[in-house]
Amino acid sequence: MGALNIIVTVKQVPDTHNISVDAMKEDGTVNRALLPTIFNPEDLNALEEALKVKDQLGGKITVITMGPPKAIEVLKDSLYRGADEAILISDRKFAGADTLATSYSLKCAIEKLGKYDIIFCGRQAIDGDTAQVGPQIAEKLKINQITNIINVEEVTHESITLRRQTEYGQEIVKSRFPVLITVTAEANEPRFPSVKRVMMFKNITKKETEESYDETYLKIDTDRSKKYITEWSADSIGADSIKIGLAGSPTKVKHIEKVVLTANSKNMQDIPNTEVGICALINELKNEHIFG
Amino acid sequence: MSNFYNDNQDIIFHMENMDLRRIVELKEDNFTDSKTCRYSPLDYEDTRDNYKKLLEIMGDITGNYIAPRATEVDQLGATYKDGEVAYAQGTKEAIDILKKADLMGMTLPRKYEGLNLPKTIYSMCIEMVSRADASLMNLVGLQDIADTICKFGSEDQKARYLPRFARGEVMGAMALTEPDAGSDLQAVMLKATQNPDGNWYLNGVKRFITNGCADVSLVLARSEDKTTDGRGLSLFVYERDKNMTIRRIEHKLGIHGSPTCEIQFNNARCELLGTRRMGLIKYTMSLMNGARLGIAAQSLGIAEAAYREALKYAKERNQFKKKILNFTAVYEMLTDMKIGLEASRTLLYETSKIVDIKEGLEERMEKYPERKSDLRDEISKYTKLAGLFTPLAKAHNAEIGNKICYDAIQIHGGVGYTTEFSVERHARDQRITNIYEGTTQMQIVAAIGGITSGLVSERLNEYENDNDFTKMPDLFKSLQELRTNLELAVSHIKKRNDNLSIEFHARRLTEMALYTVNSYLLSIAGLKNDRKKQIAKIYTSKALPDSRSRLEFISSNDYSIVELHEGIINH
Repeated sequence: MGALNIIVTVKQVPDTHNISVDAMKEDGTVNRALLPTIFNPEDLNALEEALKVKDQLGGKITVITMGPPKAIEVLKDSLYRGADEAILISDRKFAGADTLATSYSLKCAIEKLGKYDIIFCGRQAIDGDTAQVGPQIAEKLKINQITNIINVEEVTHESITLRRQTEYGQEIVKSRFPVLITVTAEANEPRFPSVKRVMMFKNITKKETEESYDETYLKIDTDRSKKYITEWSADSIGADSIKIGLAGSPTKVKHIEKVVLTANSKNMQDIPNTEVGICALINELKNEHIFG
Repeated sequence: MSNFYNDNQDIIFHMENMDLRRIVELKEDNFTDSKTCRYSPLDYEDTRDNYKKLLEIMGDITGNYIAPRATEVDQLGATYKDGEVAYAQGTKEAIDILKKADLMGMTLPRKYEGLNLPKTIYSMCIEMVSRADASLMNLVGLQDIADTICKFGSEDQKARYLPRFARGEVMGAMALTEPDAGSDLQAVMLKATQNPDGNWYLNGVKRFITNGCADVSLVLARSEDKTTDGRGLSLFVYERDKNMTIRRIEHKLGIHGSPTCEIQFNNARCELLGTRRMGLIKYTMSLMNGARLGIAAQSLGIAEAAYREALKYAKERNQFKKKILNFTAVYEMLTDMKIGLEASRTLLYETSKIVDIKEGLEERMEKYPERKSDLRDEISKYTKLAGLFTPLAKAHNAEIGNKICYDAIQIHGGVGYTTEFSVERHARDQRITNIYEGTTQMQIVAAIGGITSGLVSERLNEYENDNDFTKMPDLFKSLQELRTNLELAVSHIKKRNDNLSIEFHARRLTEMALYTVNSYLLSIAGLKNDRKKQIAKIYTSKALPDSRSRLEFISSNDYSIVELHEGIINH
C-alpha cells in the first residue's frame, strides 16, 4: 500500500477581525497594504485534518497557495505545523483572479504535481466568503468532492468517510480516492506550530523552478540550505493565459457601496424587563421577520 | 484571546535586556549541534531568535488554548476510578497540544530530541503555563525528572528514557514523600531489595505523589538494610506496570487538574539510578532544586493571573460614583502587587541564570575532564550561589504570590469569594506553592547558611562592581543601608555564637537578605529603563523600614518567645 499523497490549498487573507477605519480606500475597495494578513482560518482547519490523516496513516502533505511573494508566510506556517512540502504559485499574470481563474490555476498546479489521494480545502476564505474555489477545482479535475465537512469519521488507505453539514441536518458520506474535501471551522481546533519545525524552517527561502516536480531535490536534509519552498510561475504550470488573472475572470465588479449601519434613535424605545414587555419585543421581532 | 508572551511587557523587557551570552556559550558549546541537528541554532543571535519564537508559541498556546480550559479543569479535576486516574478532558487536550508543538522536553539535550533550553527561558515558559492553568504546570514541570535521568543515568538509561520524554510519549513523577516522611525525607522506609539475579524490586507505600499515575517515576527507597538515615537511600527509575497500584487520590483545596496519588509498590521491578546510597544526598537534592525553581515560576504565573483579574475588576467596578481603582487604598494595593510581581520575576531570572551557569559548567567539566582544574573554582562558586538563590526565590515568590492572590480577592470584594470570578481559583491554586517542594520554613533552613556565611555580600559586591550605581545616588544610598543592616544583623547573631539565635532569627534574616537582593536587582534593571527605576525606588522605600525593624528586633536580644512560648501556646 503506497503512502497517501495529500494536498492542502491555503490562502493568505486580510485579517478581517482587526479592521481599522482606513481599511477601505476612497473608491470602496480594500486597502490590502494597511491590513495585517493571516492564514485563512478554515484553511488551517483543512491543514489540521490533513495532519490528522497523516498522524494516523502516514503520507505526505503538500501545501499550495496562489498569491504574491508575501504569501510565502502561510506556506512557512504550514511547514511549521507539519506539512512536508510547500509550493507558491506566483506570477503577475495571476493578478485580479476571481474564483474561476483561481481554481483553474490551482488545478494546473495540482496536475503538475501528479499523484494525489486527498485534496483538503478550507470551505471558504474570510475575504470573499464565496466557498467556490474548492468545488471548482474538483469539477475541473473531474474528481469527487465532499463539502462542508464537520468531522472525519473514518479514513483508510482507499477511502474516507465524512460527516458533512447541510442546510437540513447532517450526512455521512464515503468516497474513494481521489477526492476533494472542503473543511469547516467546526471540524477541529488546529494545532500550533511545532517549535522544532520553526527552528528548522524559519530561514527557508523560495526557489523558482521550471523543472518538473522533483522529490529528491526537495528531500529534507541536515544541510538546511537544501530545503526550499518551490515557486511556480504561470508558464511553469502550463496555464493558458486567457484563463488566468483578470483575463480569465468573468466576475466584474460593477459598483461598490459603502453600507454604514446606524441605529435610528427615533425608533429607540425602552423595553420594560417584565413578561409583558419581553413578549411584546419577541412579537415585534417575529413580525419584522428577524426571528424565524 | 491573548498571547501570554506578547501581552507581558515585563517578560519582554527581560528578554530584550538580558545578557544570555555566557549561558548560550555554555549551553551550545560553539554550536556543535548545528552540524548534526537541523533545528539547532547557528550563532548567538540565532539562538536568541529561537528562544523568542519559542516563547511566542508558548504564549499563544497558553493564552489561547490552555487558559480557556482552566476553569473547567478546576471544576472537573482529575478523577479516580477502579484503581486508575483520569485527567480532566482539558488537561488531556492541553498535554496533546503541547506535545504536538514539541514543548514537552524543553530542557533535554538535542541528542535526546530535546530543545536544549536553558532554565532561564524554561522559567518563562513555566510562568506562562501556570498563568493559564496552575495544575497543568505540575504535569509539564514533572518532565523535569528526565533532567535527573540525564544527569545521573547510564548511557543506556538515557537512550531508553529521554527521547520518550522529549516526544511527550511518557509523563513523569517523583515519588519521594511517605506518610511518615514529609519534610524529613531521611525517614523514608519504602524498601528496595536486590534479588540474586541483580534486579531491584520495590515494596511499600508513597503518599502525596503528584502525578503518581505517571508512566515513569523516580522513587526514593531504602536500599541499605538496617540503615535509618539518608545515607541508606537510593533513587530508582520505575516504569509503570501492574505491580504498582494507585490506592486513592487526594481531595485538595486547589490544583484540581493535577492528581495527587497514594501509591503502593508490590514487588515492582525497577532500576537503580546512578550509585547506591546517593539517592537522597545527591540525586534527590538535585531533583528538588530543579522542582523548587519550577515552583518559583509557578507561583509567579498564578500571581500574574490574579493581578490581571484584580486590575481589570478595579477598572470596571464603580462605587461612590468612581472607579474603585481611583481609591488610594486600592491603587496602593495594586501597585504593591505589581511591584511584587516584577521583583519576583527579577529574582526568578537571576536564580535561573545562576543555575544555568552552574549546570553549564558541570556539563563542560564532564565533557572536557582535562579542564577540571580551570573550572573547579567557578563550579564551586555557582554551586553555592544556586544553593542559596533557589530556596530564596522559591520562598519569596510563593509567599509574595500568596499575598497577591489574597489581595486580588480583596479588590474584588464579595464577588471575589464566589466561583463566578477566577481569583478564588488562583488563590486556592496558589496556596500550595509555599507548602510543596519544601515549605517556606524549609527553604529558610536551606538558605540561612548562605546568608550567615557572607555569600549574599559576595554577590552584592559583584552587583556593585558590574554596575554603575553612581547614576542613581539616592537609590544607591538606600541599597547601602539595606546591605549594612543585613550585615549588622548577621554579625550580631554570629557574635552570640549559638544555633538557637540563628534558628530564631532565620526568617528575619532571610527577609532582610531578600529585601536587599531584590532592591539591588530592581535597581540594576532601573539603570536600563526609567520605569524600572521607579519600581526600584518604591520597592526600596518600602523595604528599608521593614529591614530596619528587623535589625532593631534582632539587636534587642529579646528572646522572650523562645523562653515563654510553651506557657502561651498551651494556655
